[in-house]
Amino acid sequence: MKVALEDLYQQLIMDHGRRPRNFRVLQDATHHLEGYNPLCGDRFTVYLKIADGRVADVSFQGSGCAISTASASLMTEAVKGKTEDEVEKLFEAFHAVVTGKRAPDAASLGKLAAFAGVAAYPVRVKCATLPWHTLKGALAGSKQPVSTE
Amino acid sequence: MSATRTATVNTSRGNALDVARVRADFPALHQQVNGRPLVYLDNAATTQKPQAVLDALLGFYSRDCANVHRGVHALSQRATDAYEGARETVARFLNARPREIVFTRGTTEAINLVAYSYGSRLSPGDEILITELEHHSNIVPWQMLAERTGARLRVAPINDRGEIILEEFQRLLGPRTRIVAVAHVSNALGTVNPVEEICRLAHTYGARVLVDGAQAVPHLAVDVRALDCDFYAFSGHKIYGPTGIGVLFGRWELLEAMPPYQGGGDMIRSVTFEKTLYNDPPYRFEAGTPHIAGAIGLAAAIEYVTRLGLEEIRRHEQQLLQAATRALEEIPGVRIVGTAAHKAAVVSFVLDGVHPHDVATVLDHEGVAVRAGHHCAQPLMERFGLPATTRASFALYNTLEEVDALARAVRRARELFD
Repeated sequence: MKVALEDLYQQLIMDHGRRPRNFRVLQDATHHLEGYNPLCGDRFTVYLKIADGRVADVSFQGSGCAISTASASLMTEAVKGKTEDEVEKLFEAFHAVVTGKRAPDAASLGKLAAFAGVAAYPVRVKCATLPWHTLKGALAGSKQPVSTE
Repeated sequence: MSATRTATVNTSRGNALDVARVRADFPALHQQVNGRPLVYLDNAATTQKPQAVLDALLGFYSRDCANVHRGVHALSQRATDAYEGARETVARFLNARPREIVFTRGTTEAINLVAYSYGSRLSPGDEILITELEHHSNIVPWQMLAERTGARLRVAPINDRGEIILEEFQRLLGPRTRIVAVAHVSNALGTVNPVEEICRLAHTYGARVLVDGAQAVPHLAVDVRALDCDFYAFSGHKIYGPTGIGVLFGRWELLEAMPPYQGGGDMIRSVTFEKTLYNDPPYRFEAGTPHIAGAIGLAAAIEYVTRLGLEEIRRHEQQLLQAATRALEEIPGVRIVGTAAHKAAVVSFVLDGVHPHDVATVLDHEGVAVRAGHHCAQPLMERFGLPATTRASFALYNTLEEVDALARAVRRARELFD
């Protein structure tokens, strides 16, 4: 089945890919971790400030393709203020959508539903999920950089 | 400048390659991808296979399938004849002797074989010299060898065009240099290295030279005697042959003195629990049942390119290279990475503001298959300060129309991300 390129590169994704939000080092981060996709060279560091079990602040830095950069940017917007449990559930829902296991549901995913087009491009799933795997590793207190391979 | 130019065959013929006829030989080329005709420009990763190779594989498995070197029955004799015939074909192709041809799984295994076997005689303080543009398969085996033996790995730098700086290379050579390992053609940039000169320089210090020819054999005639190299490695699947088969050429007197790489059947002369006598090369290095069908398929591939003529192939591919270079340079924001004076038909490039992975996805959408990434040459990418590039690599069956399709698709990527 032919999917239009614009389904993958939606306006929202292009916008966040070009001008990522929360793109900075978080000086008072309580957690941070590097994520790396050795296949394409995407490399991000995710910074988190956790207070009272919630994401008080979150940011990222690094370089990657439009999909991974936009994913990291929209992820930081989506998880801010959420509890660790809520973050975990959001990642599960996001993962199910980008891998084509579940139809996008704007009610639970919000802007993240824009990544539904990734499901038609299996090799790009890692681009979309790298920031999330990195975030999850950071939350778990991992010191080992996350790798998609 | 290199032996590959002086050693070309049959220049008197001078026929241009009949690409339409050539394309008819490759079944895989005639398909649609994402609703568009496939434009296959990922040939440096692997090439498509001509019908002659497919027929050779099918012929072996449907008529002659038996093990080699041990049966007295008819099928085993036919399999052995075909397998050893393949060795002779490879030997002729490289201007080597059949007993100097070891079949391996590919270039990587061939390099590992030399690093493990020839390398076992290195001692602390010895030096291994490689270059900055090597594929990981011509870096990691030497790093492992250095770790095992205490030898030191040294790296000759390249210039901004992607050419080895010969003066620097020469400066790094010395009496401690035991092994020089260098790519004949860079997989990521297309640079054709002056291998003949490198061998000459290395030999003045008594070093042995291994040439990684994976990206060279599909594009230019290789004569190991003219190059005067000590080892030459290549893979079948990059020269229109099957995957899983490769070749190591080794100078006879070197192979003869080298210890085995793996133990098993076929590599022995006699075995008792007290002592095993090893077979002579090349069998000493071919433990276990070899990839018989693969060797036969590789021979068919070599016969195929030889029939077309490597000089004709080279001329056609150089046309494609020039056209692709021109077409891409005309696109605003495109920068070609690797601008050596002497190149094979590989064009690596970056598009301003668009990640190579996004470029490759857009191209795939247009039916154009390219590679995006670090091309298993991370130190080289680091040298250029890039996480990745997009790479279009051409083969004998590509056309100028496909160059246009590539350029159109890159323009499309540029518009989409503008």
